[in-house]
Amino acid sequence: MSLVHEIDFGTPVSKSSDRVTLTIDGQSVTVPAGTSIMRATMEIGTKVPKLCATDSVDAFGSCRLCLVEIAGRPGTPASCTTPVAAGMAVSTQTERLKQIRKGVMELYISDHPLDCLTCAANGDCELQDMAGAVGLRDVRYGYDGANHTKQAKDESNPYFTFDPSKCIVCSRCVRACEEVQGTFALTIQGRGFDSKVAAGMAEPFVDSECVSCGACVQACPTATLSEKSVIEIGVPEHSVVTTCAYCGVGCSFKAEMRGEELVRMVPYKDGKANRGHSCVKGRFAWGYAHHRERILKPMIRETIDQPWREVTWEVAIERVASEFKRLQAKYGRLAIGGITSSRCTNEETYLVQKLVRGGFGNNNVDTCARVCHSPTGYGLKTAFGTSAGTQDFDSVEQADVILVIGANPTDAHPVFASRMKKRLREGAKLIVIDPRRIDLVRMPHIEAQHHLPLRPGTNAAVLNAIAHAIVAEGLVNERFVREYCDRDAFEHWAAFVSEPQNSPEAVGLMAGVSAEAIRGAARLYASGKNSAIYYGLGVTEHSQGTTAVMALANLAMATGNLGRPGVGVNPLRGQNNVQGSCDMGSFPHELSGYRHISDDATRTMFEKLWGRPLDSEPGLRIPNMFDAAVDGTFKGIYVQGEDILQSDPNTKHVQAALAAMECVVVQDLFLNETANYAHVFLPGSTFLEKDGTFTNAERRINRVRKVMTPKNGMADWEITLAIAKAMGFEMRYGHPSEIMDEIAGLTPTFAGVSYELLDRVGSVQWPCNEKAPLGTPVMHIGGFVRGKGNFMITEYVPTDERTGPRFPLLLTTGRILSQYNVGAQTRRTDNVVWHREDVLEIHPHDAEQRGVRDGDWVKLQSRAGETAVRAEITDRVAPGVVYTTFHHPGTQANVVTTEYSDWATNCPEYKVTAVQVSSSNGPSDWQREYAEQAEHSRRIAKVAAE
Amino acid sequence: MSDSTDKLVMMANQIGRFFTPQRDGEPIAAIADHLEKFWDPRMRAAIIAHAAKGGAGLDAPVRDAVKRLKDVKVRATL
Repeated sequence: MSLVHEIDFGTPVSKSSDRVTLTIDGQSVTVPAGTSIMRATMEIGTKVPKLCATDSVDAFGSCRLCLVEIAGRPGTPASCTTPVAAGMAVSTQTERLKQIRKGVMELYISDHPLDCLTCAANGDCELQDMAGAVGLRDVRYGYDGANHTKQAKDESNPYFTFDPSKCIVCSRCVRACEEVQGTFALTIQGRGFDSKVAAGMAEPFVDSECVSCGACVQACPTATLSEKSVIEIGVPEHSVVTTCAYCGVGCSFKAEMRGEELVRMVPYKDGKANRGHSCVKGRFAWGYAHHRERILKPMIRETIDQPWREVTWEVAIERVASEFKRLQAKYGRLAIGGITSSRCTNEETYLVQKLVRGGFGNNNVDTCARVCHSPTGYGLKTAFGTSAGTQDFDSVEQADVILVIGANPTDAHPVFASRMKKRLREGAKLIVIDPRRIDLVRMPHIEAQHHLPLRPGTNAAVLNAIAHAIVAEGLVNERFVREYCDRDAFEHWAAFVSEPQNSPEAVGLMAGVSAEAIRGAARLYASGKNSAIYYGLGVTEHSQGTTAVMALANLAMATGNLGRPGVGVNPLRGQNNVQGSCDMGSFPHELSGYRHISDDATRTMFEKLWGRPLDSEPGLRIPNMFDAAVDGTFKGIYVQGEDILQSDPNTKHVQAALAAMECVVVQDLFLNETANYAHVFLPGSTFLEKDGTFTNAERRINRVRKVMTPKNGMADWEITLAIAKAMGFEMRYGHPSEIMDEIAGLTPTFAGVSYELLDRVGSVQWPCNEKAPLGTPVMHIGGFVRGKGNFMITEYVPTDERTGPRFPLLLTTGRILSQYNVGAQTRRTDNVVWHREDVLEIHPHDAEQRGVRDGDWVKLQSRAGETAVRAEITDRVAPGVVYTTFHHPGTQANVVTTEYSDWATNCPEYKVTAVQVSSSNGPSDWQREYAEQAEHSRRIAKVAAE
Repeated sequence: MSDSTDKLVMMANQIGRFFTPQRDGEPIAAIADHLEKFWDPRMRAAIIAHAAKGGAGLDAPVRDAVKRLKDVKVRATL
């Protein structure tokens, strides 16, 4: 094994379709017009010396090392900033160039510490490489003149150091922060000899606006910006390309290793989702994989008030099987079920649903997508015929108008957000529909043309009002509707949205936004050449989540913004494999590929292959499982990789449900909150310890590759196989690739997918089959999968969760950049530096009325329960709205949220809870009791020494 | 009504309030179809039983839709 080396072409690729032929060192080369000479030389394998150039950022022309000579032109132009021209004859190596380059390098090295042998970048330093490349053997100026070699290191960031003594002021870090990440946290401070890289207002990195995405570290050609893990461990010796296990962007990384020790995660330039970029979570927050709290041995106990006892895998698996069999014998076949994880691979989720359907003999299987994007599946399938987003991420580069609704990409999908921000800086227009003033509304070089800070719960109404304006003002794309959509359905919809109650004036009053802003957003969206919708859980997690998804689909169809790059309806999926877990048949009513369990032909196909009869009735969804448990008809559950107690709404109800079950089996990395109610704990494996695939928000199937032996002894898919065998439903696979082969054989949209294909082409987007052997980046080109596009009537029905005198404020919940969902992973990394606890954002007006000061403890109370958090006073939220995150079990924000849910899918209404906020002295009695119970439950009995 | 029946009534009415305004197809059939396709047999059995006792709280179209549901036999044993 060796390191995966990627070619640095020095400057970005030109997208021109015109071709230019020139000669470089006597060799003819043809490249796209606009290509730099530097890139053209790399195309033929000639490396021109360079320091300030790298192909992730635009050419800068400052280092004066990449000079070339061009026949007929005077001087020695920089090859990075000089574009190719037809017939040009370039020389990259002449006596004059050699002398100039050597002189330039002498100057660099005269002001650089000569500690190469003990430098963290020894062997991985472009400055070192260039000294060799130009043949530098001596520095005539000596090292005693004025220099920067004694400057202090900034070690404030938990993941990387900034050592200005090694900086050559090439500006690659500054440009990466601006062009790749779009944060503009870095600058060059001072002039001439005093020039230096500075974070923020010359602050320590950790105190600046820096978001620790790592783009600067990656761009740095020296050891100025170095990962602390490299400083501690040393440079890696081999690497494996794999996929991040955090959000639904699905970034490709090189896991760079020494032996079985992970040294660093480096974003993979050929990764088609991230194009070489990363965020603080994927790049740096992987320390949880070897955190001391990780559980590595199976454990069992008879009752949840007992301490855990470590046992062998055989004993633990036998306990699971015997208990599940006992429960089915006593309470019936339908008394048990399972939950697949959107954090696990496609192959693993497929196996869990197979175990439930084939081994348990029922369809009580669901997935955590239930509580996030289940309305997306239902809504988009109804409208278009496919339960998925319509575009690839590259599509955003061709969008002219971007509508972001109910999503906060800079926090929740930061790498895609960087690509979106780049397009916005290029001039695309932006509409934000969100109760909060999210960062995208106004940030460096970006300002939304329209921000509609609507009242939580009114999405469907506002989208209908936008539709009203589009229809009323004649902005419908009649040709698109005529050719591709169901005419009757369109006519009915157009008549519906034209009704007076859907006018911007009527809706604006109720939703708290001006009619003018609604009309402005409608005109902008409808008149853009390419208008694209991006949405998140702020759309789906409502009692009308599915309705709002359909309303978005209606807007896109009515304006013809489907079926080509730059447009579409794009759900930003929460977890790494939400799309995949849904695709794999994790929902109780459908098999893989979104085919209903009642369909005899489909079911028969699975029955034949699996050798078991399958139930044709839909099973319980997660909230239904809880209700059935409380009712006494659901008695056992196998939960793979999800913390339902912390993540699902109305914590007390979930507690009651779990406590009512007789066998709760949790498979996870840590003793999570759900495990407090578990009887069997099966230690899970990390994404670094197994093979498989994840499918991201753009339907891209990416490989996950094993880089180390599972510390717990078994990959998650092997654990499920063991349970199945013990249940008498043996499944035989030697490798996850064989599971994928079975999936491909049973699922038309995956028919062409295999590990061989993925290893060959990198990744594919489903549908991948005979018609599309390399996948489908953009869907619904030339017509919809279902035939004609289906307009549904999306009547606004207010949620039953209402404010009133007791609960006058509306709580909405969300995420923060540095933490991930329930925080099980990120809380066990240094990311806690940025977010140690959940806080409650409250508007100054509401805070003043309640006598709440910034940082005060406040009681947050709803009809479901109460908790206490610290207040953060901010006008990011509108008066009457408060906001918090749900990353910390100490807060348990979901003790406040209710069981109201989406009408179609039971996706919980996390985004609307009527609450009251009042002063508090600290954590509530419930929080204290909960913490005590959790601590008690996590005891592990000491094994007596033999 | 028990808490769980209350919840089922609320959920069924939510479904009804989406399908009732639809102008393509027959709303009552659509409501029944949704319940058949997405509700577990024990949930359907409970709502059928509730409707049989008068269906308190159920909106009219939903009550009609529940009447159309096939009799559900919850095969609770192996």
